[in-house]
This record gives sequence, structure tokens and C-alpha cells, in this order.
Amino acid sequence: MSAAVAAVERAARDAYGRLVAILASRFGDIAGAEDALSDALLAALQRWPEQGIPANPVGWLVTAARNYAIDRYRRDGRAAGYAEDLRMLEQEVTGKSQEFPDERLKLLFVCAHPAIDAGVRTPLMLQAVLGLDAARIARAFLVAPATMSQRLVRAKTKIRAAGIAFAVPDPERLAERLPPVLETIYSAFGLAWEDFWVGATPADDLSAEAIFLARLLVDLLPGEPETEGLLALMLFCEARRPARRDAAGRFVPLADQNVSLWSKALIEAGDALLIAASRHARFGRFQCEAAIQSAHSQRAFGRAVPTGAIVGLYNLLVDRAPSFGASIGRVAALLDDGQAEAAASALARLPSERLRTHQPYWAAHAAVMRALGNHEAARASAEQAIGLSDDPAVRDHLIARFHLTDTRA
Amino acid sequence: MQYMLILNETAADFADRSDPARADDYWAGWNAFIGAMSAAGIVVNGDGLLPPETATTVRIRDGEQIVEDGPFADSKEQLAGYFVIEVDDLDAALAWAAQAPSAVTASVEIRPVMPPPNAA
Repeated sequence: MSAAVAAVERAARDAYGRLVAILASRFGDIAGAEDALSDALLAALQRWPEQGIPANPVGWLVTAARNYAIDRYRRDGRAAGYAEDLRMLEQEVTGKSQEFPDERLKLLFVCAHPAIDAGVRTPLMLQAVLGLDAARIARAFLVAPATMSQRLVRAKTKIRAAGIAFAVPDPERLAERLPPVLETIYSAFGLAWEDFWVGATPADDLSAEAIFLARLLVDLLPGEPETEGLLALMLFCEARRPARRDAAGRFVPLADQNVSLWSKALIEAGDALLIAASRHARFGRFQCEAAIQSAHSQRAFGRAVPTGAIVGLYNLLVDRAPSFGASIGRVAALLDDGQAEAAASALARLPSERLRTHQPYWAAHAAVMRALGNHEAARASAEQAIGLSDDPAVRDHLIARFHLTDTRA
Repeated sequence: MQYMLILNETAADFADRSDPARADDYWAGWNAFIGAMSAAGIVVNGDGLLPPETATTVRIRDGEQIVEDGPFADSKEQLAGYFVIEVDDLDAALAWAAQAPSAVTASVEIRPVMPPPNAA
């Protein structure tokens, strides 16, 4: 590969999201920005090898993309509507500094706008900000590529037609607009986590992309404790990745993981973020979940897991940000803290009719019953959990944990 | 951009219009909302509509005209009025729509007005 082609690839990878954001925020049009940018990248692939790599590759690409955008809008008879935007962009391009404002924050808020269907926010963010192709996104979301492309096109059309502003929300609106952005990023990470269980290929793993987006948000919108909490949470989970499966690919539960495989550097980075977030003294779901993971991570430094503190954090989480996962997590925390009776009564208080098809509920129920010495009930619940699990690794783990122990009992 | 605020109401809202015990509150709520939009200078046009029982629906099927009493859609919420407003973007339109009295009892749909065919 020639140096020029490598330069195009580097510019595209490093600056894709920045370029799309600059163009899209001028035109209010993600699809138009992406089209103009791909025209510009094609032109760069043809011209840079002949004419040499420009001194300012990003500036060159913006200028080229702007010209393609003008052509395109003229063809569509929409150029006049964008005259002012194009003039401003022209000034920026020809200006001395050749430095562009980073508009990716606006793009993140547009992708996670409540007017966009929640199911397509994460794919949209992955494509518009990171330039992931629809086929790869479709694989990660387990839908057909054509279906994913269609959803993305529809969302982009909606953004332009509905006039969703490319703007960072006003301070008074930020509190309601930031959570969907964080959820959207976390959903990419959650997907990566699920992928891990079903053994997806590394190419489909979205965890690195989610961490990149969270880091971007921390950089562009500093001083938001929940943003720092989200990044910390993901770093703690990422730190344990090498220990989550054994050499044979079997699922290894947290308590049995080989802590020497955990990344101390990532855990320390997570702790630093959590400390920065805690200075704001503002409760948040992600900070709370990150604090729980930080407590579990203490083992990496040869310290005991503070099980009582974890119960306290789960109490806070269940109280302030209730969710089914938080309730089940609290049951497990009580068990770890030796409070089997409290765990049993917490489990009994959950609405049972909604939980009959929920695998983690039955796994927790089995663990509670075993701790109380009711091995028959434990085995029955473990069988329910096994029947509800799609993941062979988790099934094997449950079979090993309950059947073998139960036979001995 | 121009947006239409499509104001839906429930049967109870429509009943409030002529209920002596509730009509004053009902109209006061709408007058305040419409007054605020007018004062902001964003109203392009708009109207309230008489209740759905005054509606007549027509369809042509197999070349034949079918006229029916009442609105076409049989749903809990019915069209009660509309405003076309001129604001910068969807968030601004949402902020106005959220102030409509019917946003509390029913819903407000926000639709961009179709630009003229040769919009420059």
C-alpha cells in the first residue's frame, strides 16, 4: 500500500466522525454529510498518490466534501437553502487556521435524540460517529444487513425532515438529554458483553467502540459525573475480559476469576474517573454501578471484597434507579455478604409473574435456596435457569455448579 | 421551519368544553396557551375544531362514494385542533407542544410542514 493510500485511510479513520459532524451540523443532514465525505475520500484515493499528500489532509477533505455537497444540493435544487451554511464553511476552509471546531458532541446528541426510535440510536451513533458499516452493525444487532441499512436511512431522513437541531442542549435541558446519550453508548457496550457469551468474533465486538464514544463524551463535555461513571463502569468490565473464560472457553463467574489476569491499569483508570465524578456529590446510576464494580475489583490488589459496602451500593441503586437487574444484583450481593435470609425475602418481594421467563431470576433463586440448605428447590430452580439460557457456556456453568454439588449433598 | 401541532383530545376533554363546572378552566388553559404562542409571534395559522360527533367521513370505493357519520379513526384520542407555527427546530416545536393543555390529557403530534416543491 502506498503512503498516499495509507494517509487517506488514516485521515478517514481518525477524522471520520469529526468530518461527518462538521458537515452534518452545517446541513442538518447526516446522510448528505456521509455521501459528500465518501465522494471526498474517493477523490483523495485518486489524487493523493499523484499530487502528493496535502499538508492539511483534514482541511483538504472538508473542502472537497463541501464542493461535493454543493454539487449534490444543486442537483436536488436545494443549494439556495444552504447558501449561508456553505458560505460559512467556505470561510472556515479558506481561513488561516484550518482548524475546525469539534462538532461530534452535537452529533452524539442528535443520534440519541428522543425523537429517534430508541432501537436505532446506538446503530446510528456507531455509523455516524465511528463510520462503522451497516453490515457490521447488523451482525452485532442480529438483524439482516438490508434491514439495518433501511433503519439507518429512515432515521437519517427523519433527522433532516423533522428539523432536529445539531446543537448541544441548553443547560436546563441537558439533564434530560444526556441520559439517552449515555444509554445509547452503554447499549453498544452491553451488546459487546452479550456477544462475548455467545462467542462472537472479535471483529463484531463493539466494546472498544463504546469505550471510545464514552471517552469522547468525557473529553467534549467535561464535568458531568454520570459520563465519568459510565466510562469507569465500562473500564472495570473491560479489565476483567481476559479472565471471563477459561482456556477451554468455559464461562468463569466473577468469584472464581483469576485476578492476576485482570488489568490493573484499567481498574486504576476507572477508580480515577470515579473519584473525579464523586467530587460533584450527585447520585447517578452509572456512578453507582461503577462503584460496585470498583469494589469487586479490589481483589486485583490483594484486598478483600467489601461485601457489606456492595450491599449498601445496591440498596442505593434499587432505591434511586430501580430496575430488575439491580434487584437481582442486590440479591446476589446479600448472599455474598452472608445474608441468605435477607436475600430470600428480597427475592420473594419481587413480582413473580413477570419473572417466570427470566433466567437470572431462577439462577439467583437457585443460589439462595442452596445457601438456605434447600437443595431440592435449588436444583429445580437451576433447571429452570438452564432451560431459559441461550448460552451454552452459562448452561454448562449452572449444570456444574448445581447438579454436581447437589449430587454430593 | 414550519411545524403543525396536531392537537388531540379525549372524549372527556371534549365534554369539558360545555360542562358548566369545567368549561371555564378548559378555555382558560387553551387561551393561555394560544396567547403565549401569539405573543411569541410564531403562529402561522390555526383553529380549534368542533367535536368528532360533528364529523362526516367520505371515501370512494370501487367508484362509489361512501359517506359515514363520525371520524374515520375509532380511537380514544381525536383531532381537536391544530396550529402551524414557525420556529427554528424540532426542540423548539416540542417545547411549545408540551405547553398545550391536551399534552397532559391526550397528545400533541408534531409534523414538519411539507416545503413547497421548488423550495430554494
